[in-house]
Amino acid sequence: MNDTEIKISIRNLYKIFGDDPQPALQLVNEGVSKIALLEEHNHVLGLNNINVDVPTGKTTVIMGLSGSGKSTLIRHINRLIEPTAGEVWVDGDNILEYSDKQLRHLRQHKMSMVFQKFALLPHRTVLQNAGLAPWVDGQNERQYASEALKWIDRVGLQGQGDQYPHQLSGGMQQRVGIARALTSNSDIMLMDEAFSALDPLIRTDMQNLLNELQVELKKTIVFITHDLDEALKLADHLVILKDGFVVQQGEPQHILLNPADPYIEDFVSDINRARVLRVRSVMSPSSDASGQFNGDIDHDDTLESVIALSEGDTALNYRVMKDGQPVGRLDMRKLVRALVPLEQSDNLENGGYS
Amino acid sequence: MATYDFIFNGLGLRNWCGVSGDDSGGTMSMSQLLAQTSGDDVDLSSWETPFPSMDALHEACPSFPQSRELTSGLEEGFLSIKDVLKAVVDPLTQPLSWALNEALWVMQTVPWFIMIPMLMLVAWVVGRQMKLVALVAICFGFLGFVDYYIYTMQTLAIIFVCALTCVLFGVPIGIAMSRSDRVQRTMIPILDMLQTLPPFVYLIPLIFLFSVTEPKLYGIAIILYAIVPVVRLTDLGIRLVDPDVTEAADAFGMTTRQKLFNVQIPLALPNIMAGVNQTIMMSLAMVVIASLVSAPGLGVLVLRGIRSLELGVGLLSGLGIVLLAVILDRVTKAALARINVSQSS
Repeated sequence: MNDTEIKISIRNLYKIFGDDPQPALQLVNEGVSKIALLEEHNHVLGLNNINVDVPTGKTTVIMGLSGSGKSTLIRHINRLIEPTAGEVWVDGDNILEYSDKQLRHLRQHKMSMVFQKFALLPHRTVLQNAGLAPWVDGQNERQYASEALKWIDRVGLQGQGDQYPHQLSGGMQQRVGIARALTSNSDIMLMDEAFSALDPLIRTDMQNLLNELQVELKKTIVFITHDLDEALKLADHLVILKDGFVVQQGEPQHILLNPADPYIEDFVSDINRARVLRVRSVMSPSSDASGQFNGDIDHDDTLESVIALSEGDTALNYRVMKDGQPVGRLDMRKLVRALVPLEQSDNLENGGYS
Repeated sequence: MATYDFIFNGLGLRNWCGVSGDDSGGTMSMSQLLAQTSGDDVDLSSWETPFPSMDALHEACPSFPQSRELTSGLEEGFLSIKDVLKAVVDPLTQPLSWALNEALWVMQTVPWFIMIPMLMLVAWVVGRQMKLVALVAICFGFLGFVDYYIYTMQTLAIIFVCALTCVLFGVPIGIAMSRSDRVQRTMIPILDMLQTLPPFVYLIPLIFLFSVTEPKLYGIAIILYAIVPVVRLTDLGIRLVDPDVTEAADAFGMTTRQKLFNVQIPLALPNIMAGVNQTIMMSLAMVVIASLVSAPGLGVLVLRGIRSLELGVGLLSGLGIVLLAVILDRVTKAALARINVSQSS
């Protein structure tokens, strides 16, 4: 990850909810806990010393349970919520120093947002909703129609431009929400539990749609979710939040294999590891192509597909290929060991993403 | 001698009061007069101790003011600021007089065979229902047939001007209330007072301020009474706009003005229209009372029915007001329904 550029950088961010947050911040710095702060001082510690780097052109998923502060955190990135202390850097600018006008410019051109409850304007058609960003910028419907229609088609709503939001199903409404975000042509997309209100099948569809779009568009996406399966499906970079602080962040495969804390172990113990883990995470790297192999597999294959290939035989040994070059080997016994949760792997001392 | 002598004696105010029990100073209260005519000045039992009211205290101490001096003081106070108030309010409200005069003139001058089709057209444009247009035609046809056409048009003209003024002022006030809790806190008691003060009470100070021949006299009374619902429901409507949607508006960088005119007002429109409907209904109610201060229209006939006990006139003009109310209500509700259909989510 070191070779990627950083688009958004959050530094020492604190948010305290209450009547008088600054003295409360002092207390937090002196080591008062979240519970004590609430009980004795009647202030809620929303975010506690958050440091997150969001890489350019990748999907960063912020995951946590309700109340962990993830929705608060995403609203700091476009300053819908003002922090108590800290810095948010976007493209080299600290946006907390922005004037109202600069902030509006940022929201119109650099960032767009997709909401859990869609938040479409009920009195505007699908086309008018999708064209919200250019409309805010002063364009009329004729000027933005072609751009908006392009994205309406792209998210699979061909011919629905003249409908009103209430005539569409939830999944279709969220497609409008995504089209609206894409029409703004901003580099950054903030997605606040964007698929959580949808039923499971539609949600899978939408996740696939987002992954497809991402391959093509390479936007910088910050995605909030409470669902680990969704997080693992979408994330290039995963940030796990608990009670307002970052428990662990890094490459999802790495977090899965090296949970830093019992909280994350609990989290990851329930998922289908064979479907999520990739060959590259468990293989033994070596460019040495010699030796005895039972076949070639791609470094990005899931373990599930390798098991299917081997038909359950643990004695086999595969050569791992990346772009036609051998990059390592995979022993089926090692693969099976990786499927058991809580097994400490030997490179734990690397301790997360750096 | 009087029950509360001890208070003034105890406080050492006897000298300020003058001589105790000397009733010759000042005007006598009704109870004193009654006591004098009945002749006996019997001691009251403790069971009959009077409430320490202004009059009772005056009895004990002639220098203490009587309650009638309070009301006359209020009156004098109002009369003393009347000229200043009039100098300020008179020019400010003059456009209302003009508007009312013009509206009355137009509604009475345009011949019926143009006016009734025009009103039917308005009903069609607003409601898009043939039923509604037929209702308008039948009601105005009936009122014309019983020779109440001119009165109906006068009432309609007054309601039109007053309701429009209410919306013109009420919606911005409601918007201001929705944006600032402080404005809301100060406006709510004023609105409560306007809504609960008996309508006749508005009329008294207005009569002092303006001459009875001026239309703004009843115009102001109607507006003060009818503006409340549109203000309240605008405030409520904007506060009820889905916070997710306003957040989305912020997230896409809308200015405050863009957000107000393109998100908040359109989404609050069903509530605002409900307020307009109530405002029209209340101005119709007030226009009858305002006929006491020379407002023309169906109210005059109601008043004639009461004054000279002409039962038939009273009943028929009452029916006319009901018909007018039904038309106005149905037309505005039809408009409201059309907004709701396009927004239901």
